[in-house]
Amino acid sequence: MLKHTPFYPRTAPLMEGQAWRRWAGYVVASSYELLHDREYHAIRSSAALLDVSPLYKYLITGPDAERLLDRVVIRNVGKSKVGQVLYTAWCDAAGKVIDDGTISRLGEQTFRMTAADPNIRWLHLNATGLNVTIEDVSESTAALALQGPNARVILQQLTDADLTALKYFRLTPATIRGIPVTISRTGYTGDLGYEIWVDAPNALPLWDVLIEAGTPYGITPCGILALDVARLEAGLMLLEVDYISAHRALIESQKSSPFELNLGWAVSLDKAWFVGKAALEEEARRGAAWQFVGLEVEWDSLERLYAAVGLPPRLPTVAWRTSVPVYSGGEQVGYATSGCWSPLLKKYIALAHVRSEVARPGTPLAMEVTVEHRRKQAAARVAKTPFFNPERKRA
Amino acid sequence: MLKKATRYDAIVIGGGHNGLVNAAYLARAGKRVLVLERRPRVGGAAVTEEVFPGFKFSMFSYVVSLLRPEIIRDLDLPGHGLHILPLESTVTPMLNGDYLAAWADHDATRRELVRHSPRDAEAYDEYGRLMHHMARAVKPIISMVPPDPTSLSPRDLLGLLRLGKHFRGLGAEQFHALFKLMTMSSADFLDEWFETDVLKATKSASGIIGTFLGPRSPGTAYVLLHHYMGEIDGVFRAWGFAKGGTGSVSEAIASAARNFGAEIHTDAPVARVLVKGGRATGVALENGEEIRARVVVSGLDPRRTFLQLVEPNELPGEFVDDIKRFKFRGSSGKVNLALGALPNFTCMPGNGPHLRGAVSISPNLEYVERAYDDAKYGEFSRQPYMDVVIPSLIDPGMAPPGKHVMSIFVQYAPYNLNGGWTDAKREAFGDAVIDTIAQFAPNIRSCILHRQVLTPADIERITGLSEGNIFQGELALHQLFFLRPAPSWAKYRTPVRGFYQCGSGTHPGGGIMGASGRLAALAVLEDGV
Ligand SMILES: Cc1cc2nc3c(=O)[nH]c(=O)nc-3n(C[C@H](O)[C@H](O)[C@H](O)COP(=O)(O)OP(=O)(O)OC[C@H]3O[C@@H](n4cnc5c(N)ncnc54)[C@H](O)[C@@H]3O)c2cc1C
Repeated sequence: MLKHTPFYPRTAPLMEGQAWRRWAGYVVASSYELLHDREYHAIRSSAALLDVSPLYKYLITGPDAERLLDRVVIRNVGKSKVGQVLYTAWCDAAGKVIDDGTISRLGEQTFRMTAADPNIRWLHLNATGLNVTIEDVSESTAALALQGPNARVILQQLTDADLTALKYFRLTPATIRGIPVTISRTGYTGDLGYEIWVDAPNALPLWDVLIEAGTPYGITPCGILALDVARLEAGLMLLEVDYISAHRALIESQKSSPFELNLGWAVSLDKAWFVGKAALEEEARRGAAWQFVGLEVEWDSLERLYAAVGLPPRLPTVAWRTSVPVYSGGEQVGYATSGCWSPLLKKYIALAHVRSEVARPGTPLAMEVTVEHRRKQAAARVAKTPFFNPERKRA
Repeated sequence: MLKKATRYDAIVIGGGHNGLVNAAYLARAGKRVLVLERRPRVGGAAVTEEVFPGFKFSMFSYVVSLLRPEIIRDLDLPGHGLHILPLESTVTPMLNGDYLAAWADHDATRRELVRHSPRDAEAYDEYGRLMHHMARAVKPIISMVPPDPTSLSPRDLLGLLRLGKHFRGLGAEQFHALFKLMTMSSADFLDEWFETDVLKATKSASGIIGTFLGPRSPGTAYVLLHHYMGEIDGVFRAWGFAKGGTGSVSEAIASAARNFGAEIHTDAPVARVLVKGGRATGVALENGEEIRARVVVSGLDPRRTFLQLVEPNELPGEFVDDIKRFKFRGSSGKVNLALGALPNFTCMPGNGPHLRGAVSISPNLEYVERAYDDAKYGEFSRQPYMDVVIPSLIDPGMAPPGKHVMSIFVQYAPYNLNGGWTDAKREAFGDAVIDTIAQFAPNIRSCILHRQVLTPADIERITGLSEGNIFQGELALHQLFFLRPAPSWAKYRTPVRGFYQCGSGTHPGGGIMGASGRLAALAVLEDGV
């Protein structure tokens, strides 16, 4: 049986089309309304409220909590301050990415780690000999993401915590109308936004006060379809869609290193030791064979392909998640793994793995598109990610 | 103060959205461009103003439907802040307390239509397909310089040939439909398809916007198509409500123009175009200052462009006569309301999703035709056709939290009102609008905090649009394509060398489209500035 998140009693009545989908053993909304348009625009124009409870969450405590995390992940956890959140990936011994997520430093010896996949076994395997407690709090901690330009005004009405002082990727304990929560300035939309972490029994009162305070500011419950478009605009990758966990890959070529996923900036080779360090040092010297890049499909090319069959261009308003060949001069040089029409940017964007030689922004490539059942190639260009990066995200 | 020493390649008179598009394209081509706008802000009929403290209005035009995708791309308008939000539904309250709704979701709309007529529900899809084909057939025209059918120049002949081929490609059935669209009234055209009166009334209403014609007047069917054109760009989704109001469309274009190097001056009314030896050499501002440029482009309507900015003796008499005959006949007004609470429509009580879309006051065809009857005889409609939207529900930033703005586009309000427009007449017109809405949403009066009533005379006074015509001249067939604004002068050039026109008074016409501004810029560049 799939599980319901603690917000289910509120989200279920909103489901106009019963468009549920699975996420880590839970059912969550694809979209609440029949179309996801309004939910998407809420992320970019007002505020969207997302139930992100299905994330795996681990509470890691004890004198060696920091050491454990520094052994496991590629970023330098020791350098983080209390109240800081790190986005990071973690690798196997061969330096191939297992998963990515965030590490929140709640105290000197207290961390919360989020992940897309279960990682409890991996954490335990690496904790041998360490004085640390690893607790799976996935079910007992509920989480909401409040994302969009109005997120701050809405939240600030409900809490004494000074949200203007709360910087990007920082967190603070707070109470929201008396409910104890942690507020982190994080999210998966690339916009101004917060994630609110709450004990599951307080989930419903939290939802209610947010809706009440947010309604004059256009708060809109938002499902995964809208989020998928927003995260693509933000250039954020998704496990099992854009890359395969080294723990699940069946063959070597399915795996990716952090360098190949555009996460080179996060690899802290100055750390004493962490899983995969040796391999990553070697790769850093050699240079990665692949890069993970943004693509912009060129409109004129798309329009020509469709005009040839007498149609206006068909655009993917729902993000696709399949592997699509990418070419350079007729030769396949990579594959796109997700893409969509950006309703905001008015551009067809995609994320793709390409050979390093053709990864520089501006490089002309071609992406396969299916036009009336036939495979065609549309001109595309390597683009800098994030495709959309508003100042308010960090301001 | 302007630097006198600067020598501009082009001066654009009027910072309406077309003037701005024109300036942006010229600047993008490396030209030194100066835009001179009479008002304190750019935008013309596409402006957002905080009319009452905290309440922002798209004062005049309020929805974006035809803004050319190529302009959005070429100028990277999203990068300059353009964000178009979906305006998803249309609900028409009926006199018997029922309603007709069109929702964003196709199945939901069909089910709704079945309630009124299962036959119409089926016809609806077929009609939609036909209009799609028609709109696709006509669409290339709005992005091309209209060829002159009386000219024998290879250019025009080639253009006509291409058009001819294009139309032959339609096939007999579609060609006939196109011919009908060009000649019939919207009511007659819709009669061929549907039996539900309220459906026909609501659809035909879109055919009369900005014209001094009723739903039973021949030629209005074509305007139906004009509005479908926005829908085929539907995939591109340029249809909806601009975040921040339509002024943000103008601001985005202005920002793009500046980014390409154009200078934009506001509070800079131009008195006249300087002409020497049949050639434009610059402009004189109302404050007497003169600025030189190699070419001058007017974004004003044809009447102002030719009868106000240029001395009559610089123009051929026949041409002046044509321009004098160009019909404006403004017929629309606008009422902007600041609301403390939301209206409660009897047909759909409560704050449902219908309030986030348009509410069309067009309960039946006779209602709309009668509204026109009043105007024909020089009165404003006592029971007008109205298109009502509440932008603050789509973009909460338009009003203080929990409060709202309502935009009401009203037809008919004739420019030439019997006895002329006075303050009293304006208020009476405003009262007629509110009284009519109150028939469908009885609590409306208690919701109103402030009210702004704009008559065609006000529209003319504020935006400069002659006779308050929202499209810089009626979108009637005899004023379209190679006849807009006058035969032989429909290609953005004018009888004065170096003087160009780029406003909605040129092909392809009105609406926040930008096409005139772009095509005029291409004409200027082609002539080699
Ligand atoms: C009430 C109303 C509602 C409308 N609703 C819609 C709608 O919902 N959707 C839509 O697409 N269209 C709508 N329209 C039509 C649309 O707004 C216009 O067709 C379009 O904005 C015209 O743009 P333009 O640039 O061609 O001309 P304008 O906007 O008329 O620009 C001309 C500019 O020139 C300036 N000017 C005038 N004289 C001088 C001078 N002597 N010196 C310097 N500057 C001068 C004016 O101030 C103005 O800024 C509406 C119009 C009105 C009035």
